[in-house]
Amino acid sequence: MKTTQVEFETPVEVVHTHVLDNGLVILGQPMPWLRTAAFSLAVRAGIHAEPANRGGLASLMCEMTQRGAGKYSSRDIVELQDNLGLDHSAGVSSSLASYGATMPAGALSDALSLYAEIILRPQLPEDQLDDALQVSLQELRAVEDEPTQQVMIRLKQLQYGDLSGRPSCGNLAGIESTTHQDVSKFFADRYRPAGAILAIAGSFDWNAVLDQCLELFSDWRGEPASEPEVDFGQAGYEHISQDSSQTHIGFSFDTIPFKDKDFYLLRAGVGVLSDGMSSRLFDRVREQRGLCYTISAGTHSLKDRGAVFGYAGTTPERAQETLDVTLREIQSLASGIETAELDRLKVRVQSSLIMEQESCTSAVASMLSDWYHRGRVVTAREIESIIEALTVDQVVQYWRTHAPKEFRVVTLGPQPLVIPTS
Amino acid sequence: MRTFCETTLANGLRIAAEVDPRGYSVSLGYFVRTGARDETDVEAGVSHFLEHMMFKGTAKRTAADVNRQLDELGGQSNAYTSEEQTVYYATVLPKYQDRIVDLLTDMLRPSLADADFQTERQVILEEIAKYEDQPPFGAFERVMERHFGPRGLGRRILGTKESITLMTPKIMKDYFARRYSPENIVLAAAGNVNFDSLVEQATLMTAAWAEGDKPKAPRADDESKLPDGITVDATIETPDASQAYLVRVSPAPPTKDSRRYASRLLSTIVGDESGSRFFWEMIDTGRAEACAMWTQEFGDDGAMFTYLVCHPDEMTANRKRVDKMIRQVVKDGVTETELAQAKNKTIASCIMQSDRPSNRLFGVGNGLQMRDEYVDLDEMLERYRKVTLADIAKAAKESLVPPPTETFALAGAGS
Repeated sequence: MKTTQVEFETPVEVVHTHVLDNGLVILGQPMPWLRTAAFSLAVRAGIHAEPANRGGLASLMCEMTQRGAGKYSSRDIVELQDNLGLDHSAGVSSSLASYGATMPAGALSDALSLYAEIILRPQLPEDQLDDALQVSLQELRAVEDEPTQQVMIRLKQLQYGDLSGRPSCGNLAGIESTTHQDVSKFFADRYRPAGAILAIAGSFDWNAVLDQCLELFSDWRGEPASEPEVDFGQAGYEHISQDSSQTHIGFSFDTIPFKDKDFYLLRAGVGVLSDGMSSRLFDRVREQRGLCYTISAGTHSLKDRGAVFGYAGTTPERAQETLDVTLREIQSLASGIETAELDRLKVRVQSSLIMEQESCTSAVASMLSDWYHRGRVVTAREIESIIEALTVDQVVQYWRTHAPKEFRVVTLGPQPLVIPTS
Repeated sequence: MRTFCETTLANGLRIAAEVDPRGYSVSLGYFVRTGARDETDVEAGVSHFLEHMMFKGTAKRTAADVNRQLDELGGQSNAYTSEEQTVYYATVLPKYQDRIVDLLTDMLRPSLADADFQTERQVILEEIAKYEDQPPFGAFERVMERHFGPRGLGRRILGTKESITLMTPKIMKDYFARRYSPENIVLAAAGNVNFDSLVEQATLMTAAWAEGDKPKAPRADDESKLPDGITVDATIETPDASQAYLVRVSPAPPTKDSRRYASRLLSTIVGDESGSRFFWEMIDTGRAEACAMWTQEFGDDGAMFTYLVCHPDEMTANRKRVDKMIRQVVKDGVTETELAQAKNKTIASCIMQSDRPSNRLFGVGNGLQMRDEYVDLDEMLERYRKVTLADIAKAAKESLVPPPTETFALAGAGS
């Protein structure tokens, strides 16, 4: 048989935006070639909104909202989710609590109606609080058994501050002291339309969905409570002593945030370090020296500041060398990169932007993140042209003027490591 | 529209593709019918070690060339090894089809140089150490060893520290020559594939693959002894762990058996991560961190897994709760509502996965390699729809009446 191939370019996506009087922003990206649709609804109820002595409350809230809402019992909600075929999740980041699902396109309207109940009218049943708290305690213990997570959780606090870098799983004291009153107050303070974002992508009709959303969300009222307290982390090294098979190494340093105009210069450098099998960390730490199985680095951003976080796991006798080589490779970016390294990165970015057209879930995640950090949706075309225009000189210049410093390092293993001073 | 195309080359290599000209990408993969179950004791872990070595260069390319060129094509590429298969795959833009086929096909005839072998041995030992630190601390490997025996389907995919330390390039080269012959391999593709060009290129590049004599089979294992580094105790001591872990294996239908759809739906009703009987009794109540059931199918056998994670003090009581739910489903079966809900959920999930060629690739490749069949999405959905309450009741009796094989990972001899 004969098949034909069409050369695709990055499509010019249509992104609709509608801001309600109450502050809720609705973003829509129709992708009519898909059989699926996805949405995510985010409110300003992330970890930073938790009172300092109630670590874990934001995640608990996600659990409680789904234990009955409007006319639906907890069982009704799960039955609806299953019968509509929702691949659903709810979770918290530093700033946002997000509820989302991907589904066969025909289920979108029913799914939106269900989630409007969950977020606007949860029953927050008092008799379910103990069970929900038990769920939180299970998650806390699960983290204790995962050395990688333990390292990265502690690292995030060293990076951003004990308060600003808190983990979503909270802490024992916070969970054990949480009352139903805390839950009700957190809901009343934080589950509000101002600052909330609803992103929808996939096979759907924008006008019809917008009409439905206006009906579902126009009566939602309330200003968000005041912005939460923040703190800052500082450079340092901590070791968690444990008789593990590997030494788990986490490292981070300060960077510009996602919204900064130079973000893609930072991102390109991190790509040279860690994107793909020819990236410097993978090649020089794993492929050439066989020092570890897992090594990676990536960017992370709060609204006003960012960081690069990295991880390597290696047996204790090779841990010092792994750390030394890794830090050296990071510093060497400022000494120059090759055109070929940047070119590979450009192809990767272009390919992934085009392939994202096969997934409405990725489209939703990108829209939400763009709107939160930058107040607008950055289209695939725009990203592609920014990346395409990057030059080796610009990237190297950025890494010279923003030389990585103030490193935070956390290790877990039998022995601590020596942190290079320069 | 999606079209299925299939052909077998003169050297025995099978090529199959689900062509969808609307796709933004093309996914391609070599599915090699070799895995842990094909190894002897001295070869333990060689399938997986070999999978790593495939990225270490060929007659035409250095290791750095392979990695760099994979990145230059901008897609996602990877490989994995299971009990029965080793798979090398990539997803790229359609314009790179020829280049990725050239690269993957060349990779399938690796140099296996000694120096690379020695470096990569360290990476494998690191991978073994990594999993030792992760929950459930080797309990899945152990329960497989106990259920199927430490050889065959129970063979550890990564091997052991002992077997990897003693592995030699010669053992690997002989194994490669025995197992990587074209008749043992399927080249599968999905998405915006140019099938004619794929066949033409593969024919040209693999013409020499069948040449050379196969080494004779290695010495059979001494079945009276356990392989080095293997124990089959029911309990793994994890003194530092905060949680206790239980893994069970029960019998289940093999991959060609039409009863597998009922078996999968049964495990969804009893132990899916949300909305199942286990969910309401164990997860929603906060009694357990995880309590799940799922099936895994092999060429001539199957396994139904039950997984329970909770506070060590609660393990005994929670295990009884699980047993009670299992007795109940064996005795009374499931309800019409439960079956309808499980079907809706499963069918939706199949539809959602089918949007991406990278997901369809595995349906095409595994189907042909393991079952010699191609099942399109509509046919797959139909097979789930046809499952009856009686099928589920029968599956429950067949899988859940025989006493399961158990393994615990916990601090102190437990339960």
